Amino acid sequence: MKTIILRTASNYMLPLLLIFSVFILLRGHYLPGGGFVGGLIASIAFVLHAFANGLGDTRKLLHFHPGFLMPTGLALSFLSGVSPLIFTGEPFMTGLWYPEHLPIVGNLGSALFFDIGVYLVVQGVTLTIIFTISEST
Amino acid sequence: MMPQLVIYPLIVQMLLAIVLMFVWSKISWQRTISIVGSILNLGIAVWLFSSVWQHGSHTVQAGNWQPPFGITFVADTFAATMVLLTAIAGVAVSSFSAGSVIPARLKFGFFPIFHFLLLGLNGAFLTGDIFNLYVWFEIIIITSFVLLTIGGEKAQLEGAVKYFTLNILASIIFLTAIAVLYGLTGSLNMADLAAKVAAVENRTLVQVNALLFLVGFGIKSAVFPLYFWLPASYHTPPSAVSAIFGGLLTKVGVYALMRVFTLIFDVDPFLENVLLAVAVLTLFSGAVGAIVQKNIRKIFSYLVICHIGYMIAGLGMMTEIAIAGAVFYLIHDITVKTNLFMMSGVIYKIKANHNIKKLGDFYADYPKMSLLFAIPLFSLVGIPPLSGFWPKLSLISAGWTTENYMVIGGIIFASFVTLFVIVKLWGEVFWKTGEKLPETRNFPYFKKLTKMKKTQMMAPIIFLSIVSLYLGFGAENIQALSERIAFELMDNQEYINAVLRK
Repeated sequence: MKTIILRTASNYMLPLLLIFSVFILLRGHYLPGGGFVGGLIASIAFVLHAFANGLGDTRKLLHFHPGFLMPTGLALSFLSGVSPLIFTGEPFMTGLWYPEHLPIVGNLGSALFFDIGVYLVVQGVTLTIIFTISEST
Repeated sequence: MMPQLVIYPLIVQMLLAIVLMFVWSKISWQRTISIVGSILNLGIAVWLFSSVWQHGSHTVQAGNWQPPFGITFVADTFAATMVLLTAIAGVAVSSFSAGSVIPARLKFGFFPIFHFLLLGLNGAFLTGDIFNLYVWFEIIIITSFVLLTIGGEKAQLEGAVKYFTLNILASIIFLTAIAVLYGLTGSLNMADLAAKVAAVENRTLVQVNALLFLVGFGIKSAVFPLYFWLPASYHTPPSAVSAIFGGLLTKVGVYALMRVFTLIFDVDPFLENVLLAVAVLTLFSGAVGAIVQKNIRKIFSYLVICHIGYMIAGLGMMTEIAIAGAVFYLIHDITVKTNLFMMSGVIYKIKANHNIKKLGDFYADYPKMSLLFAIPLFSLVGIPPLSGFWPKLSLISAGWTTENYMVIGGIIFASFVTLFVIVKLWGEVFWKTGEKLPETRNFPYFKKLTKMKKTQMMAPIIFLSIVSLYLGFGAENIQALSERIAFELMDNQEYINAVLRK
């Protein structure tokens, strides 16, 4: 599917979709959205790029194997879950919140890092699956 | 005493799995990390167990949400014992996998998945929330499915399809049952459910719901009409995988049955009869199945099914002594079955064959190893001082007091058939003068392995044999433990108070 329209469009779509995925990720604490959907949208960005430019280009763009995102994301979520045990001695997965209200971001809490972890894992899994399937055909 | 201790077995397994994923392609690192981590986990499990033994049940509210809304993790004596047994089997199988599983399989993430499986098992034992229990069951199914198919041989895939279809069906039934239960009571916390289910007016629906749970867990624990997936799949993966499956997977189903039918549902006479009938038929059909098989691992698979019957029988009789017998049997069975499948792995590595008709000469070639293997084999049969004998004693005496003579008959029949099968196996594999087997090319024979690998394979068998011997000769302690567990299960008020103490 190497048409010029798709290729040109995908160059603009990639950053747009990635920004949109981050927006969905951050929105997800109280509104629809979150790490899972955000991760899917981010992987769509890369899949679209791969459709337009071929898998090799997307791999070059990523610099590393997407499978690596899985343990990274898991580790991040895991640390956010364990952090109350380490810092305050409260049970596993208790939400910790930074007391000050930050500009733009709002309130910062350990739940955000959990969601970022999910975002990375979903992206890692989806891209690994799609890359593996499209390589084998 | 540390209240957070309950969650540590989960955290350690999760951490191990993540670390192992980071070193995905470095197999020699993975071996070391897995063994060291499993030993660490064993230490934590012993710590948890001794703490629970001294101070009573521990609970943790995940996310600090109060019960019945948050997910509770409860370590009562039963759960702590199961976590300890998982850790023991985990150390053994981790070391055995490091020695026996071929690098081509390890490269596809054997060890990370293995530790995710142990995570799922620990979670299922510790959770106090019925929906969370379902989630842990899903983790167990998915990881076990990967372990079953790693390597991608035709037989493996065939077994895996049967395994997965029936287990996913069990999950759906289990999920439906949870949905009905939630619709009836509006709660998912098991301690909370215990009080609320008793107050539900629609008793018929509660009974049907109890049966749904029985079917769901029954498939998972491979009881009589629903066991066909087990012998179809357990003989296909590497022996290390069969060992952890045979030792622990079906026992999670039994654990869940015991938990649900002692805590949430009252066992009425109808359910009692169903359980007893299922138990006797399981004992019978598993035993008969084991007689006709020729493949060592298939024989053990049928014996796994057969011996599930003892535990279900104990549950069905519903007296304290019967439950104590079932729990003792559970403890004994996990150690012995894990050991037997590892033993079959060693035999396969030596002879490159699983067929008992073709094997032979084992005693002449490896006398010391044969004596070692005699320990798990004859523990399984239950020759008096060894571990299989004591729980049957409890079960039979419970059968006399509750006048369930069919159950006593079933237990004695299954014991005799087990004896017959094991003696036949001993005669065929160890004593008979076997035919000369042709050398298989490129097969990693035991004698070609490095000393390190041989140690990694033999050490866990020795370790579990020692545990088995302890269970037999220290039966007094284990009986005391089982009776305490049975007491806690029958009198569920302590569990409920531990969870809803606020």
